[in-house]
Formats: sequence, C-alpha cells, structure tokens
Amino acid sequence: MNAINDLSIWQVMLAYVFVLVVLAITSIRGIGREKEILISSVRMTIQLVLTGYVLVYVFANPSPLLTALIIVLMECFAIYTVFNRFKGRLSKKLKITIALSMLVGTLACLLYFLFIVVRIDPWYDPQYFIPIAGMMVGNSMTGIALGVKSLIDGMSIQRNLVEEALILGATPQFAMTSIVNNTFEAAIMPTINSMLGMGIIFLPGMMTGQILSGTSPATAVNYQIAIMLGIMGSVAITVILMLQLGYRSFFNEEDQLV
Amino acid sequence: MFELIDVKYQEVVDIPHLYITKGQTVLLGASGSGKTTVLKLLNKMISPTQGRILFCGNDLKQLPSVDHRRNVMMLSQNPIMFEGNIRDNLTIAFKFQERVIPGDEELYKILGKVQLEKGLDTPVNLLSGGEKQRLALGRIFLLDPSVYLLDEPSSSLDQDTEDKIIKMVSEHIKKANKSAVMITHSKSVAEKYGDEIIEMAQGKILYRRLRDECNK
Repeated sequence: MNAINDLSIWQVMLAYVFVLVVLAITSIRGIGREKEILISSVRMTIQLVLTGYVLVYVFANPSPLLTALIIVLMECFAIYTVFNRFKGRLSKKLKITIALSMLVGTLACLLYFLFIVVRIDPWYDPQYFIPIAGMMVGNSMTGIALGVKSLIDGMSIQRNLVEEALILGATPQFAMTSIVNNTFEAAIMPTINSMLGMGIIFLPGMMTGQILSGTSPATAVNYQIAIMLGIMGSVAITVILMLQLGYRSFFNEEDQLV
Repeated sequence: MFELIDVKYQEVVDIPHLYITKGQTVLLGASGSGKTTVLKLLNKMISPTQGRILFCGNDLKQLPSVDHRRNVMMLSQNPIMFEGNIRDNLTIAFKFQERVIPGDEELYKILGKVQLEKGLDTPVNLLSGGEKQRLALGRIFLLDPSVYLLDEPSSSLDQDTEDKIIKMVSEHIKKANKSAVMITHSKSVAEKYGDEIIEMAQGKILYRRLRDECNK
C-alpha cells in the first residue's frame, strides 16, 4: 500500500476553484443563487473543520460519556432537522412518533451493527461509533423526512378515500394501508437505488475515504457492504416504526379522522 | 332506535331532544340545515361537541366506532369510488370488514337490483355520476347493515330512475326488517316513503311527525 498523500491547506484551497466556477455559471446565467452557494460552501467548511477538531479530541480521549453525548447530539439534531423541515405541519402526536422512531430505529440498528457485526472493543470506541452512527442517523433522517412528506401528502390527497373506507367499516389501520405502503416505498427507494448503482456507477464515500487513507480495497469493500445493509435496515425500521405509530395521529380515540 | 339528548355539533347542529324510531325516517330540509351532520353523528364518523346520542339505549360513546359503523352504515351523497372495476368496488368493504367475499352471481343480482346493467369488469371511471351512485347503493345493500343512513341516495338520478330506486330501497328495507334514515329534498318522497318525517332548518329540528299525522 502507498503512504497517504496528505492534503495541505493550500491544496484544499485549490479545490475552491469549483466554487468559483459554480458562482460564475450562476452569475452569467442570472440564476441568482450566489449567496446560497457562498453560504453553503463556507458553512460546510466551518462545520467540517470544527468536527475535525472535535473528533481529534474525542479519538485522543475516548470515554463512554463522550461517545454517548455525541450520539445524543446527533439524534437531537436529526430530529430537530425533520421538525424544522415540516414547521407548522406536524401535530404533537406525530412529533413524538418521529422522535421515538428515530431514537429506537437508529439506536437498535447501530448497537446491533457495532456489537454483533463489527464487534468493537472497547464498546464505546469513538473511531467506529461516531462515523457509523453518523451514516445511519443521517440516512434514517432523510428516509423519515421523505416518509413524513409522503404521509402528509398522501393523507391530504387521499383523505376522501380514507373517509369512505371508514364509512364502509374499515379500521383506521386498514383504511391507511395504501398510504402507509406507498410512504414506505417512497422513503426506502433512494437507499435501494443507491445500492443498485454502488460499485458500478459510483464508489461510495466511506469506501473511497478508507481506500484514500490506505486501507486495503478488500477491507473497504467488506465495510461498505456491511454498512450499506445496516443503513438499509436502519432506514426501513425507522420509517416503518414512524408509519405504524404515526398513522394514528390522523385519528382520535374514537377512530374518527381529525 | 336513536335518541339525541341535548346534542350540539359546533355551530352546525343544535338538537335539545329527538327520537328516531325504528322503520323509515326521512330527514327534510334545505342545504346547510345540518342533515348530513346528523347522519355523520348517528354513524359515529363525528361525535357531538355536547350532549349524548343513544342507539338502542346504549350511549354511542361506549360503542366501538368500527363495529357501530358496520352495523349502522352510511351512504354519502357523493360516494367515493375506489380504483379498479365494479367488482372491486362491490367487494372492497368485505375486505375492510374481513368477511367472506360474495361470488359473481350474488354481485350481478345486486347490480340488477340497483338497475345497473354493466359487467363486473367495467372500470369505475367509465361510469356516470348516477351509475356510481347506484353502484354505491348496491355496495351497501350487499353489506346488509341493520340501519341504513342514506344521504340523498337519488340526487344524481333522473326523475324516472329516482322513483324506481327509492321504491326499491324502501321495499328492500321493509322486507328485510331493517331501518333507514334517509335525507331528501323532495317532500313528495318524504310523504310517500317516510314512516316518520323530520324537518330541519339552520341546525335545529323544525318538526317531527309520523306519516299518518301528515296525511290527516
């Protein structure tokens, strides 16, 4: 294996040429998104630099408390992001459901993955815990956000069908079957599609990172396969939990639409 | 059969006391008088914001909603059709209620009853408004609840078909010893078929009387 080709700050700066290119394109074409492009580039840089410092500290001083704290922060931020995306459109019941599903779904998959599949030692090893949690929580957050959108849209478009089903004696669960199934499909499809293209159309970020940092491609591939399956499981479990509990938020205790 | 005690629903319905007896009851009244809201209250699709509704002496609050809706079934004025063909729409409620799905022979019999001369494989999006209304009526007949709540079951039909359908509905309910609460705009339908006639205006009951009293 070759030694790692470290990037200096100046080399990183050279990559900002791409930002200038995008700014030039949007400016010439009059698209008018220069401010957003600049803000997102700067924000991404600051966030990653800060994360880098935090990770350097956490890796140098591993402790169960610190690892747990970071996982809790990740979960809170992910839940907050979903809430924020649907500001004013989520009932209190649905918010509780989303938070619960995120916590239970991602943590169950994460713990299984780290303790049963990878078998990390010590159990709180931040080098494994944090990046893998990041991937699982991040993907589950995207899945649940897609799921919530599809659930709310489905309910608003098909409300009359749900109402007719109730009139004809369906239980709320039965009346919502089609919306729940469509929502699950909408939420899980991006993960399935990315798995289809993986290795042929693109090399996933984690695997690329491992290979660039000197890990053998065989090890990187094994990790990538395992993590992709873990992500799929986490997204699926989180979304189905949200749906199984969340559909009830559209009904009251008397099985009436609210 | 039903007793409404001091029932209010938002600003739409305000009924201090009302009995609805077994048999055929007709609800009369102009648009917006609260008739459909009353049917939804009886069917437990909504609950009163104040007061109580009794069904055969039992408080509706205490009855499981899904079971009650299967027993006291409502036909909306503009019934919704589900994706698929006539067969799918006739049988879907059997799936909802986890009941044995009837065979084609029985389905054709019902179509004949509601005067819908179409094949079971006909897609529902090819049906007219009146045909959809008759299909929905057939769907509810097939389920055979104890009480029919019919919200203008003939509103999309021409005069001739309306007379035939209402007559058939009335005969079916009498023969099967069932009960019905039917909304209509037509006073002549009310006089002809209602054992009991209730007229509403602005969410309140104007009068309730038995047909014999009307004819005196």
